[in-house]
Amino acid sequence: MTVAIINSGGANLGSVQRAVDKIGYKAIITREIKDISDSTHVIIPGVGSAYNVMRSLKKTNLIQTIKSLSQPVLGICIGMQILFEFSDEGKVDCLGLIPGSVERFKSLDHLKVPQMGWNKVSFNNSLSEFNNYYYFANSYFNPINQFTIAQSQYGVSFTAAIKYKNFIGCQFHPEKSSLAGSKFLKNFLQS
Amino acid sequence: MLTKRIIPCLDVRDDEVVKGIQFRNHEYVGSITNLAQRYSNDGADELVFYDIGASTSDSTVKKSWVSKVADVIDIPFCVAGGIKTLEDAEEILNLGADKISINTPAIENPKLITELSNEFGSQCVVIGMDIKIEDKKNYVYMKTGSEITSQSSNKLASEWVKQVQELGAGEIVINSMNKDGMRDGYSIDLLNELGDICDIPMIASGGAGNINHFIDVFTSTKVDGALAASIFHKQIYSINDIKSGLSANNINIRL
Repeated sequence: MTVAIINSGGANLGSVQRAVDKIGYKAIITREIKDISDSTHVIIPGVGSAYNVMRSLKKTNLIQTIKSLSQPVLGICIGMQILFEFSDEGKVDCLGLIPGSVERFKSLDHLKVPQMGWNKVSFNNSLSEFNNYYYFANSYFNPINQFTIAQSQYGVSFTAAIKYKNFIGCQFHPEKSSLAGSKFLKNFLQS
Repeated sequence: MLTKRIIPCLDVRDDEVVKGIQFRNHEYVGSITNLAQRYSNDGADELVFYDIGASTSDSTVKKSWVSKVADVIDIPFCVAGGIKTLEDAEEILNLGADKISINTPAIENPKLITELSNEFGSQCVVIGMDIKIEDKKNYVYMKTGSEITSQSSNKLASEWVKQVQELGAGEIVINSMNKDGMRDGYSIDLLNELGDICDIPMIASGGAGNINHFIDVFTSTKVDGALAASIFHKQIYSINDIKSGLSANNINIRL
């Protein structure tokens, strides 16, 4: 088994690699098309903005590579947001691998943006063993839809995790979510 | 909903954790990685490391310990001290820190806040504010790592809170210098005054001494988290004690 972490320029690459390492698997951080295509599992981290991550993927010619992947792919935070069709952040067209889009939390009623900290996540019934607190740091969210597999509340209900075909996304940071995050990542790596 | 955060704060000097009282007379507390691991296992929601030697001696933060911390914990952590440029910040984030906190360099060069936010996202740009009450006004201090260099920036805290938000900060830590290490409660009036004008997450710092101080700060102010050092370092309370006490008082906490 080989895990490829796509180097999209974000700063949490090392943290994701460490988290995979602690579970007992080896992951490489890479921009090479062959490394990514040949791996059994692909992780797209992403910190910063959807605009910056899309720009980085374009620059490194990885858009088509990601679109053609058939193995399990996990997008984390911005890495999840760019799996959708569109992000309001920088008004940028994204990969379009999962139907839907991403919008900004509205700063109403003392709701502070970004959402920063640990929030309770409820998974669909069949995945309820993963219900726990996870760490979030985001200003944008995907509204609940038919592909949502876990949700959370921040002023509104929003997608905490999503699955469509072989593409999985989580808005939280499993690599920073202690034991709960490690369990979630392990489940992905064993899928 | 989002839980309130309990954040142990570790002052780092010469590769070890130290703690002073009102920013003076620092004593040895323990090894960086041992404490990081202990607090993480005990339920800390996040850790903050202040390199208190960095900003005052004009060096950048000594970075080797940052990746050691990242190796031993899997919760978010923030690093502060002497970060003056995008390159300084990038290095620390690449070593595994999730956020960087700036204080003196933000006062000397406010544009840095915007540059950091544009480059790395506002979620990792924390502004630390060391605030001292003088003539009933709240002033922001700079170079507070040592009593010799510590000085007023002549900025009013309320003005600086407004300004850093406009410049793109993602979080503010309000540290009451009058309360630091005193263990007689957070500065509730100051946190309320600044909380009213703050639309980004705000963290209280300075003064935690017992469980009631935590209950008080979360029920009387709008802060999102509370920082504490002495009471955890001296093992007066464990983090789990504090969190259990908060939860028993219906404060939303991750247990």
